[in-house]
Amino acid sequence: MNADLIFDLLKASFGQKKVLQIDLNDQPQSIEITAQENRALFTFLRDDDRLYFDMLSSITGIDNGPEVNTMEVIYNLYSIPFDLHLMVKIKFDRETPLVPTVSDIWKTANWHEREIFDLLGIRFEGHPDLRRILLPSDWEGHPLRKDDILQERYHGIKVDY
Amino acid sequence: MKGLHDQELSQGGVIVSNIDDLINWARLSSLWPMGFGLACCAIEMMGAMATGYDMDRLGVFPRASPRQSDVMIVAGTVTFKMADRVRRLYEQMAEPRYVISMGSCSNCGGPYWEHGYHVVKGVDRIIPVDVYVPGCPPRPEALIGGFMKLQEKIRGASSVKPLALERLMENEENQKV
Amino acid sequence: MVFNIGPQHPSTHGVLRLEVVTDGEIVKEVIPHIGYLHRCFEKHAESMPFNQTIPYVDRMDYMSAMNSEHAYAMGVERMLGITDQIPKRVEYIRVLVAELNRIASHFVAIGTYGLDIGAFTPFLWLMRDREHILRLLEWTCGARMLYNYIWIGGLYYDLPLQFEERCAEFSAYLKPKLEHLETLLITNKIFIERTAKVGVLPLDLAVNYGVTGPMLRGSGLKYDLRRVDGYSVYPELDFDIPIGTGAMGTVGDCWDRTYVRMQECHESLKIIDQCLTKLTHELKRDKDFNPRALVPKKIRPKAGDYYVRAENPKGELGFFFRTDGRSDIPVRCKARGCSFVNLSVLPEISKGVMISDLIAIVGSLDLVLGEVDR
Repeated sequence: MNADLIFDLLKASFGQKKVLQIDLNDQPQSIEITAQENRALFTFLRDDDRLYFDMLSSITGIDNGPEVNTMEVIYNLYSIPFDLHLMVKIKFDRETPLVPTVSDIWKTANWHEREIFDLLGIRFEGHPDLRRILLPSDWEGHPLRKDDILQERYHGIKVDY
Repeated sequence: MKGLHDQELSQGGVIVSNIDDLINWARLSSLWPMGFGLACCAIEMMGAMATGYDMDRLGVFPRASPRQSDVMIVAGTVTFKMADRVRRLYEQMAEPRYVISMGSCSNCGGPYWEHGYHVVKGVDRIIPVDVYVPGCPPRPEALIGGFMKLQEKIRGASSVKPLALERLMENEENQKV
Repeated sequence: MVFNIGPQHPSTHGVLRLEVVTDGEIVKEVIPHIGYLHRCFEKHAESMPFNQTIPYVDRMDYMSAMNSEHAYAMGVERMLGITDQIPKRVEYIRVLVAELNRIASHFVAIGTYGLDIGAFTPFLWLMRDREHILRLLEWTCGARMLYNYIWIGGLYYDLPLQFEERCAEFSAYLKPKLEHLETLLITNKIFIERTAKVGVLPLDLAVNYGVTGPMLRGSGLKYDLRRVDGYSVYPELDFDIPIGTGAMGTVGDCWDRTYVRMQECHESLKIIDQCLTKLTHELKRDKDFNPRALVPKKIRPKAGDYYVRAENPKGELGFFFRTDGRSDIPVRCKARGCSFVNLSVLPEISKGVMISDLIAIVGSLDLVLGEVDR
């Protein structure tokens, strides 16, 4: 069961409109899917008897900058019984960063998504408790964005060196 | 001042000394730190207090609460989220109180000075520091050296011009400026 | 009643704030607040070349810096495609120092756990033994805790002369000490009563929460990345994977996790002995051996996304890289911290326990706040 077969299986179950393309150069190999209405796809990945991706290792958010004007969220899945790796990528517009949450499918996504919201500003709809986790709650800005400007002072303490 | 035990007790158990020397000796021989272990330096601080480099022989015994401690060892990186709590803990300590800044991160921001947006570039932006111990992390011997430097500083203090009170008044003036 | 186990507390875990909602002595809800040590690792990794990020990788999980460096260096070497060319001697030295560091990390975990429960002596004994390990590692690379030793493509220096003999002496010295520890702490009646049947983590909950490392093995699953992925020279080494069996209580309780950590110290000693045999017989030191021979002058991997993972003493440490093929600075580097994910399961397993049990559960999670907050 490698990424090609998984790609074909997903295309057969969900159609070409949801499952976009496969990239065999990445390590582990990755499949790109649409940004909206993908929760059924994730539930399928977790529950299907041939795939059984029961562990979500990590979720990464990437900001491609104001010129390219996209942001991405990348899920790293691993199946413990079948020893399969998979990366699932979602690309979307930088102006409206909104992605459905997977925190009820894999509970570990709860904190990962909060961290991505904190550092990059991507909102996850349906998340039970979306608030800042690493930075203080009155911090201004999302630091990992490419065009973020640091505030001059925080509570009277100078931020820069 | 010669060591108190070196004095001749020929007058039947009477020791003659300055009040300053006596008080300073009492203060420096039992510095109880509130070990404020934040990051990696905390482990070296724990190592300094444990068997290999026993600090208990210098009278240094870690206390949990700021109200019962004399010196605050800021060991590790201070972040902006933690900065308010550092200030509050410093204000909860009773006079005379001292601060040892342990490690590069609390001295000046450390390796995170350039791109660390959430790191306070030196704990002296928040509280006044007495001794800076360099290192990343400083060896336990360096921390013991820091304590001895603090002991030298206390030895030179005088009740006629109390250092802590002076520094507090200086701080208030600077803040007004 | 709502109260705070604030960021400054006498237990030695670091700056973790727990907001606890209780009904008398029974805990109804625990909300961990983190971020008090957020040191912006990802921003640094996006601003400097791959080899300059290694000291920052050290400082994330500062108890087991060699393992973190090993994972990072392995990841970048895979991106460059030079994994097969790394000399065997370099690989065996990497495994040797990584396993020494694994023992040191578990010693602090078990020692401070005993300290939280109230046992002071095991902490002092373990810190004394840990000093020996730190001195060995200082002899190798100059630093006691944060090493910058495992470089991309090799090592900083070869092992010093007579290191193998000293290390073998240490290994023989440590074996009876681990038995002492077992008698003093692990099979101690008071320790068992405090930790057995407390904080039970069921296996399916653990996998759904992404928990890895001794926490997952304590719940009964034989899952160790050194065997599953088989990276570096671990396939050639012979060692077991201890799991929790509920010997003193339920499978997946705090006692099981501590027992797994102690058994892993035994297994690490086995691995160290095998590495030393290999390093003194087949892969003897050579005048012409240069551990920096393969360190690339300019690290320019091909464009793409990579995810690499390795077995830290606390769990799965993963690094996600995105490179654009044109420069030696990654576009994005995310560190998946094992303690971050392990901590997220705390609200689930501490419902309905007493406050002192909560301290026991937090101790058994083996947190390092540097990795939780990165």
